[in-house]
Amino acid sequence: MTEPALLTLTQLRAGLDRKDFSSVELTSSCLKLIEKHADLNAFIEICEEQALAQAKHADSLLAKGETSPLLGIPLAIKDAIVTAGIRTTCASKMLQNFIPPYDATVIQKLKQEGAVIVAKNNLDEFAMGSSSENSAFGPVKNPWDKKRVPGGSSSGSAAAVAAGLVPGALGTDTGGSVRQPASFCGIVGIKPTYGRVSRYGVVAYASSLDQVGVFGRRTADCATLLQTIAGHDFKDSTSIQQPLPDFSANLETDIKGLKIGVPKEYFEEGLDPQVCDAVKAAIDKLVSLGAQACEVSLPHSQYAVAVYYIIASAEASSNLSRYDGVRYGYRASNPSDLQDLYCRSRSEAFGIEVQRRILMGTFVLSSGYFEAYYLRAQKVRTLIAEDFKRVFENDCDLIACPTAPTTAYLLGEKVQNPLQMYLGDVYTLPASLAGLPGLSLPCGFDSQRLPIGLQLIGRPWDEATLFKVAQAYENATAWKTHAPNLG
Amino acid sequence: MPQDYEIVIGLEAHVHLSTKSKAFCASSTQFGAAPNTCTDPVTLALPGTLPVANRVMVEYGIMLGLATKCEIRRSNRFARKHYFYPDLPKGYQISQFDEPICERGSMTIRTAESSRVIGIKRIHMEEDAGKNIHDPHCGASYLDLNRAGVPLLEVVSEPDLRSPAEAVAYLRTLRQLVRFLGISDGNMEEGSLRCDANISLRPRGEMSFGTRTEIKNINSFRFVEKALEYETVRQIKLLKSGRSVVQETLLFDSQTGTTHPMRDKEESSDYRYFPDPDLPPLRIPESWIEEVRSKMPKLPEQRYHDLMTVYGLNAYDAGVLTAEREYVDYFEEVFNHCSNAKSACNWITTEVFAKLRKQGSNQPQDVVKAAHLGSLIRLIDQEVISGKMAKNVFEEMTSSGRDPKEIVEKQGLKQITSEGDLKTMIVNVLERHSQQVGEYLAGNQRVVGFLVGQVMKASSGSANPKMVNQLLQKELDLIKQKNKDS
Repeated sequence: MTEPALLTLTQLRAGLDRKDFSSVELTSSCLKLIEKHADLNAFIEICEEQALAQAKHADSLLAKGETSPLLGIPLAIKDAIVTAGIRTTCASKMLQNFIPPYDATVIQKLKQEGAVIVAKNNLDEFAMGSSSENSAFGPVKNPWDKKRVPGGSSSGSAAAVAAGLVPGALGTDTGGSVRQPASFCGIVGIKPTYGRVSRYGVVAYASSLDQVGVFGRRTADCATLLQTIAGHDFKDSTSIQQPLPDFSANLETDIKGLKIGVPKEYFEEGLDPQVCDAVKAAIDKLVSLGAQACEVSLPHSQYAVAVYYIIASAEASSNLSRYDGVRYGYRASNPSDLQDLYCRSRSEAFGIEVQRRILMGTFVLSSGYFEAYYLRAQKVRTLIAEDFKRVFENDCDLIACPTAPTTAYLLGEKVQNPLQMYLGDVYTLPASLAGLPGLSLPCGFDSQRLPIGLQLIGRPWDEATLFKVAQAYENATAWKTHAPNLG
Repeated sequence: MPQDYEIVIGLEAHVHLSTKSKAFCASSTQFGAAPNTCTDPVTLALPGTLPVANRVMVEYGIMLGLATKCEIRRSNRFARKHYFYPDLPKGYQISQFDEPICERGSMTIRTAESSRVIGIKRIHMEEDAGKNIHDPHCGASYLDLNRAGVPLLEVVSEPDLRSPAEAVAYLRTLRQLVRFLGISDGNMEEGSLRCDANISLRPRGEMSFGTRTEIKNINSFRFVEKALEYETVRQIKLLKSGRSVVQETLLFDSQTGTTHPMRDKEESSDYRYFPDPDLPPLRIPESWIEEVRSKMPKLPEQRYHDLMTVYGLNAYDAGVLTAEREYVDYFEEVFNHCSNAKSACNWITTEVFAKLRKQGSNQPQDVVKAAHLGSLIRLIDQEVISGKMAKNVFEEMTSSGRDPKEIVEKQGLKQITSEGDLKTMIVNVLERHSQQVGEYLAGNQRVVGFLVGQVMKASSGSANPKMVNQLLQKELDLIKQKNKDS
């Protein structure tokens, strides 16, 4: 048997249904590849035993002639999503031995559909970072160039899918943590509309921004994955009751007449010229397929980085208060008193970036600063969202722009300069702040053969248009045939 | 009480709501369960868990708001209040800050002297913390998170209270209100009602407030009064000696009856409130408010007036019966079975209450069924049995739980109303007590009572006392006449 894991999810579905291979064979193949490419450091926990049991169960259902889109398909899960009985660390020393007693809603949904959970992906600690260099378990390597970062914070998920170790994976996206690594790793990744997917069981970083997203090597794979995990959940008050369209059914439809907005502010200073050219060429391609492009303006997007780091840090400082060494997680040894227990447990177990954001967040929520920072940031957030609302009402059906200003940079290159790292999120943050769906797909390579990502941003609840446009582009181009050489 | 100073008190009362599940998750709110059995991933603040607001908690909030004539906010928000303490699993408490569910209401309180309207500044929803249990012997601390997440309403009064007695009256009225609404048991001993009190003094006639102190976490009516009285005296001494009151947070020591300042560590300065991003703004449409209004029971104030105007009871009795919803409910049911309000009230406030005190209960139905008490009163009113006999029947009712009619019949307790039988008894008694008869004839009216008593005794209490009175008088008159004639 050839390595089935390298096939797309759609091909694997057909193979399983035709009995070309079993789920156990497929899962074992993934597990072998994961082991073989352990140097990528894309995983924190490998759940071989549970995965094989789930695969066996899937095979018994397949033998009875049952099928469903994910039945018997191996998937990897970002380790910020809790899995019952499987260690969930958030790539933090704080949770290095934490085994949750419950499944996140998205995990329940995957299990109900018969998906096989093979492993938990490495990430930036508590999903804070853009390179995986903030992981307590060491950085993930980019499969296209192991000296480079895979992007983040869903680093391991993107790297594992790009390397063909698993056909699909779940990530989370707060300010670009699905789209940016998808871009750096040359795969498709989508962050749906805020409220589309339940956050119950997703370790909270910034509650008003966190959304579960998915990775695949093809647009269709992402459509299938999102279809499975989306939907209202009464356990998450911010998940919204909205009709859920059949993403897969509408993939192969014409994009003629679709109006694509090209925000001029997203092509200015700071954008790598090669990325700029590739993205512009991709937009031209879409025009050649029948879409119309028009320049639009999103003037407040320039404040997104500042606004994001105030709001996200504020929420993070609050959300991470629960890690106090009292009930679970890391506890400092021999504390002299309660204060010492708190201070040392948190200082010893949180990494530098997490501590930085807790401090920033605590500061902006403090009395005397709250109005100047947090409240003002919320007001600007509204302005950023209103920009999108205006262009979607008047000018276009979706927006196309770069996912990230550069391609993957070298490991260690930006570690000493957090602000520079934050600026790498400049194109993904606005859609996050506005709660809009955003999709990144490969649109070329730079001179060093590093993937470039095209970002599509849609109206609220209109992931379907993003999938449709991505599919049309994918059909018309050959980037998908490129794969990293893992050596 | 100080003559030259006016006391200004405002109370923050925390009312535990009697919902089945917690404020933001499905865990049980049962009191007294084994430690940490009423918990779930949300209560324990496990990573990834999210709060979902309890609909019943919101309805109870609306209900108390309506009962205190508050404005109900159509859109209100939950906010996070941050501080680190082991009994607070998330490191923040979900509360409400600048957008509470109810604002600007009032409540009428009655004290011995007067009836006054006290302003309610706001009512907001929040969750309770768990409990730390310290074991001084081994230096260990234990954590019970059963109470963590139990819903509370915090009711904040305006600084309208003018004496410790008024503060207690206010708390009692609030307790009575939440109990009548059925939203809390208001039990201070179990911590279902706790309060923080702000108190300051100002020279009489002065409009601006003096410096206040806050006394935290007082957990009984008696302690509220004692703490405030102590604090009044303490502040007066300071002011009269020309010193000033320091604005600070105090704890009341019930052992010594004194207040002392909290340690700095216990007093957190910056709670970093911000809107909880896990909980969208809570919209309360008019239709929901109307739905809650339609479900609301009659308020104690209304029932107090009903007892006087509809049932003709006096203010004192009306007050006693409306102390608890169970009492007035019981009263009305008893009345429905006997149509004698005064008698129903007397039986309840004497015999039934005596039993309740003995049993340490406040459920009159547990003493005797209202229908039974009603029919007992009916038996008296129809003169089937005497009041004295009724007392015995009542005893029998409480011990056996049987219907009074049944008891009366079985024990042959029917009142003797036959004139002939009674006359025989009277004649016998008069013959045996010729000395007293002689005293009567000499002009001593008081022996009549004694003689009636003797007849009642002779009949083992079953003689109809009214008839005995009449017949005995008649008999004595006859003797008198005879004496004159002879």
